[in-house]
Amino acid sequence: MKFNKKITNLLIVALSTLVLSACSTAKKTVGSGDVYTGNATVEYLASGVKDRVFYATNSSALTTASRDTLRKQANYLRKNKKLNVVLEGHGDERGTREYNLALGEKRANSAKDYLMTYGISGKRISVISYGKEKPVNPASTPLAWSQNRRAVTIKAK
Amino acid sequence: MKKLFSIIFIFIFKFNFAYSLIEVDITRGNLDPLPIAVSPLHVDTGSENYQDIKVKELGELISSVIEKNFKSTGLFNPLNKDAFVQKPDIAHLKPRFEDWRLITAQALVTGKILIKDNKLKVEFRLWDLAATQEMVALAFTTTPSNWRRVAHIISDKVYERLTGETGYFDTRIIYVSETGPKIQRVKKLAIMDQDGENTKYLTLGNELVLTPRFNPTNQLVTYMSYFRNLPRVYLLDIETGIQEVVGNFPGMTFAPRFSPDGKKIIMSFAKDGNSDIYTMDLESRLVERITEDSSIDTSPSFSPDGKYICFNSDRSGLQQIYTMRSDGTGAKRISFGSGIYGTPVWSPRGDLIAFTKMRAGKFYIGVMRSDGSGERLLTENYYQESPSWSPNGRLLVFYRETKTDKDGEGFSAKLWSIDITGYNERELKTETDASDPSWSSLLSK
Repeated sequence: MKFNKKITNLLIVALSTLVLSACSTAKKTVGSGDVYTGNATVEYLASGVKDRVFYATNSSALTTASRDTLRKQANYLRKNKKLNVVLEGHGDERGTREYNLALGEKRANSAKDYLMTYGISGKRISVISYGKEKPVNPASTPLAWSQNRRAVTIKAK
Repeated sequence: MKKLFSIIFIFIFKFNFAYSLIEVDITRGNLDPLPIAVSPLHVDTGSENYQDIKVKELGELISSVIEKNFKSTGLFNPLNKDAFVQKPDIAHLKPRFEDWRLITAQALVTGKILIKDNKLKVEFRLWDLAATQEMVALAFTTTPSNWRRVAHIISDKVYERLTGETGYFDTRIIYVSETGPKIQRVKKLAIMDQDGENTKYLTLGNELVLTPRFNPTNQLVTYMSYFRNLPRVYLLDIETGIQEVVGNFPGMTFAPRFSPDGKKIIMSFAKDGNSDIYTMDLESRLVERITEDSSIDTSPSFSPDGKYICFNSDRSGLQQIYTMRSDGTGAKRISFGSGIYGTPVWSPRGDLIAFTKMRAGKFYIGVMRSDGSGERLLTENYYQESPSWSPNGRLLVFYRETKTDKDGEGFSAKLWSIDITGYNERELKTETDASDPSWSSLLSK
């Protein structure tokens, strides 16, 4: 079952890479492409509330699925007013270290901004970038990279 | 270190510049390294042991450190000592040039050491065997525990005389030592001599540390640390061990480097999803914002005259290299090849900018002129980045990572160096995995 899921994810990544390379001469539209869509690495803040969103290579744009996840997070945070969160931004290993630090910060802020547009005070959200320093999947595969390009919402201690 | 180690150079014989025949051409890859004989240094019979240093072995040890240095350049071929025909003391006085030429040597290094009254006295000479004359003669005194540096200083003097370039052996490399599995890496600041000896760890590994860089004028280091989970740029004095956070920024600071005069730190500051470049004067603590752009601006590096800055920006859509005046005006893109570019770093000579290039799933270390022309890719691999210049601008040190398989196996991170000719690519052996190297200036100038 898990194996099947991995295959599906691989296919999605492979297909989207094909699509991307096919239109690589056109100006790259943000958000599409090699975004992870599975749930293999995902954890939950509460039932039905995923803790993370995923990004395309070199992008900090939120996909439709990411927006959906963040709306659910905002909903959950509205109901739990005393809860503060940390948004951790991450990159994959296929980029230079310093650029990934900046990109991780940009990704975490893209998620923070979205939570704020859904009524969560910026004061409740702190942001940290780990660049490519904390991968969840160590493998050197497009699937692992797509799982590592992420912003994770963590309950603040 | 410098204070403890004051070297007194005494020129004991006149230099003979005019008639020398040997010259090592370093402007191209050297396929025909110069055969050089490094005689063990003669140990004066009046020598005493010093602490755990056995003086009888020291002459041999120093010569083997010199040989290792020469071999690493790819420009010299140190000859096997088994073939040596003259005793070190006699060779040092007056070599029989014909005999040394018989074993195909073209240059000969000889020397003499004496440890007495807790002092190490060193003399060495470089001989041109074809022209049958002395090229360099030097004598100096230091503490015996500095014997490795003695070997490096001799190496530098010989390298300088034979190539016409400044040496780079009496230097150190600071880097990030890496241990543990990839998803739980422990990183420490580490420092070693340029030849991989004398490794010391400067942090304990309790917090993530990244991108250490030497001050070109002293023994200060700037780096990034996640101390207390607040990613910030720090300053570390490697002699005293004193660390301090740089500036008072309400967010992540990263990608630090010193200005060429060592008085400022240039770095990125990230706020609300935007990274821009700032400088901070270390004396006045004055912070200056250099770029103001809604895109990512990072990896800044000053030109050696301090008038320009090269940096990495994605303002055109993807990562590219730009230059601007040091006040932030006149920014222009200089990288236009296919692929994307990162980690620009200005050569200490000022002519070239080294970079990392990413194209079609491969990573390259390359150099281009500071106007972006003349791009040359020196090495291609699965993953490599973060070039740092040797102080003479002839070599780059960088780190390289290997692929990790599905089970998380196969990963490694190692330091490598390469000549800017593209030749002499070699691994710098480190005790642990290693990344983010930064090369110091010459310790003795």
